[in-house]
Amino acid sequence: MDKDYIEMDMLRFTTAGSVDDGKSTLIGRLFHDTKSIFEDQLEAIEQSSKKRGDENINLALLTDGLRAEREQGITIDVAYRYFATPKRKFIIADTPGHIQYTRNMVTGASTANLALILVDARNGVVEQTRRHSFIADLLGIKHIAVCINKMDLVGYEEEVYEKVLRQFSDFASRLENISEVTFIPLSALKGDNIVERSENMPWYKGAPLLYHLENVYIGSDANHVDSRFPVQWVIRPHSDKHHDFRGFAGRVAGGVFKRGDEITALPSGFTSRISKIMLGEEEMEEAFFPQSVTIQLEDKIDISRGDMLVKPNNQPKSSQDLDARICWFSNSKKLTHGGKYLIKHTTKTAQAMISEITYKVDVNSLRKNEQDKEFNMNDIGRIKFRTSEPIFYDTYRRNRNTGSFILIDPFTHQTLAAGMLR
Amino acid sequence: MRNYNLNHLQQLEAEAIFVLRETAAQFERPGLLFSGGKDSIIMAYLASKAFAPAKIPFPFVHVDTGHNFPETIEFRDKFVKEYGVDLVVGLVQDSIDRGTAAEETGLNASRNALQSVTLLETIDRENFDACLGGGRRDEEKARAKERFFSHRDSFGQWNPKNQRPEIWNLFNGGKGQGENFRIFPLSNWTEMDVWQYAKTEGIELPSLYFAHERNVIERNGMLLAITDFVSPHEKEEVRKEKVRFRTIGDATCTGAVISDAANLEEVVAEVSASRVTERGSRADDKRSEAAMEDRKKQGYF
Repeated sequence: MDKDYIEMDMLRFTTAGSVDDGKSTLIGRLFHDTKSIFEDQLEAIEQSSKKRGDENINLALLTDGLRAEREQGITIDVAYRYFATPKRKFIIADTPGHIQYTRNMVTGASTANLALILVDARNGVVEQTRRHSFIADLLGIKHIAVCINKMDLVGYEEEVYEKVLRQFSDFASRLENISEVTFIPLSALKGDNIVERSENMPWYKGAPLLYHLENVYIGSDANHVDSRFPVQWVIRPHSDKHHDFRGFAGRVAGGVFKRGDEITALPSGFTSRISKIMLGEEEMEEAFFPQSVTIQLEDKIDISRGDMLVKPNNQPKSSQDLDARICWFSNSKKLTHGGKYLIKHTTKTAQAMISEITYKVDVNSLRKNEQDKEFNMNDIGRIKFRTSEPIFYDTYRRNRNTGSFILIDPFTHQTLAAGMLR
Repeated sequence: MRNYNLNHLQQLEAEAIFVLRETAAQFERPGLLFSGGKDSIIMAYLASKAFAPAKIPFPFVHVDTGHNFPETIEFRDKFVKEYGVDLVVGLVQDSIDRGTAAEETGLNASRNALQSVTLLETIDRENFDACLGGGRRDEEKARAKERFFSHRDSFGQWNPKNQRPEIWNLFNGGKGQGENFRIFPLSNWTEMDVWQYAKTEGIELPSLYFAHERNVIERNGMLLAITDFVSPHEKEEVRKEKVRFRTIGDATCTGAVISDAANLEEVVAEVSASRVTERGSRADDKRSEAAMEDRKKQGYF
């Protein structure tokens, strides 16, 4: 068991769905069948269920954490949940699916490798399914698992499954990033195709959900080609033992850095070679995404937080005029033409001024709207803006880490928007 | 082509180091909350990795209820000396003496909730603008929605409805006058991850975490150790058991579990087979359905 544990990797996935499509039951089922619910948790939700007068144990109580939510029977915010099998550790970003919670879905999707999208077998693909898929795609998720739930209520009919497949394929062609869509017919309530292959659906030749989650290949999703190292912090011990030590601490945002590699520091453009790569006291031959390391250079050059180390022959784009898709997060502040905000991109913070509001997207019809340019909370669209200094970036499609940014209100410090560079 | 994959512990380590460095970079005076428990020990160990070969660039802060297991204080002092960091201690007793906190009375009296008062007073006194905590989202349901960078208003309060969205790894530490942050680098770790990491890295942990013989009583379904602060009431029977602790907190409300696990290897095996959460042995969480949520709103860790 021990050896297995060390060889475990990690899958982050997001689930979106409304109260009725059985999302909480599905998560409860995954936890239950992987023995991830503990006795004291079960006991606590049993008691709460009784107090509320629920007939059965309400597995949704396991996932609805805060008192305000329990009282109102809704989920307000992204909740993170954890379970593991001997193969993988799973982090679920569990988000409510109502239209007013687009920003939560964006948040959950931003760090996910896979999106789990629930479809009620009785209803097929609905507006909400399209919205979830659009957001997953917008945030660069490459794998979607469409779970056709409540198959028990439609007699486990293959035709229902086929219909969802057709409906989904109709609009999936418009999605840009998703490279793999898997359809799994299941019943979260009865446990069909969750851990074990269901005997009720012999026509389904695919794997049950848990097997899929354990085995979906995400190794090639990250960018291991374009080497990017945003400097987070400069380590200077000022001690007798390490008198001249100067290390650049950061997390590799893409590609690979090896000892001896020639690098260029941006924005200065000075070049040097990597003399050492360290993780704590331990020396390493190379570092790759998403490792946090300390890089030492052969030459003394002036580098500080917000600078970026790259390879001389593979440099990111550099510009003060940027074009991006954004999701607006604030309910108190509106996006305005000419508006000034702070932009946080990798480890750099600069000022940004909006030069154009290009269009808004209706997340239900997926249509562009070039007339209505008023961004309220949960609105998604495209903008252009100018920054106070050059930003070193890749397109979001190419690299999630160097293609993403947030906009911050300089006065209230609230996070206003999430953006993806084009 | 070479396979560039990290196992889950390496990924969690990289993430925690990133968060610790963001804290150093975005705040002027952060403190690291150090209780001597395993989570804060792991966090401190990660901090030493994050800034090596320099010293950890922030002091350790211990909010001391005065109801400690002696092993905890011994371990804390040794640890602080080894890492060469400053230690700031906030004493709950001082808050009580000043009249800003009042001792609970009754059978299950505990100073656990009073820690919030002392913590806020310590933050104030030391001018901390951020405090790093070892809290994990898997610990308790109110923590599942906690952020890495958790915003607290000028009263130290956590408002679950007014937290900043955290998108990608772009942490926004901007704040107004008097506001501050609690930062949780171990957010995505589970109890199992912590133990596995300790084992993989060979991190020394206090002896309380490993099986030893101890006099205990059973109270409210928990095994409490007999200490200077916990004595048996009438009808409570003292018995000797082989126990260990899954969490180390205030001695008055931290329950022991019967165990034979005497080293990290055995503890890992035991945790993986366990059917009860580690907070199941904490009386402070059993007080009400929303006990943790309420304490957090009042400024708890």
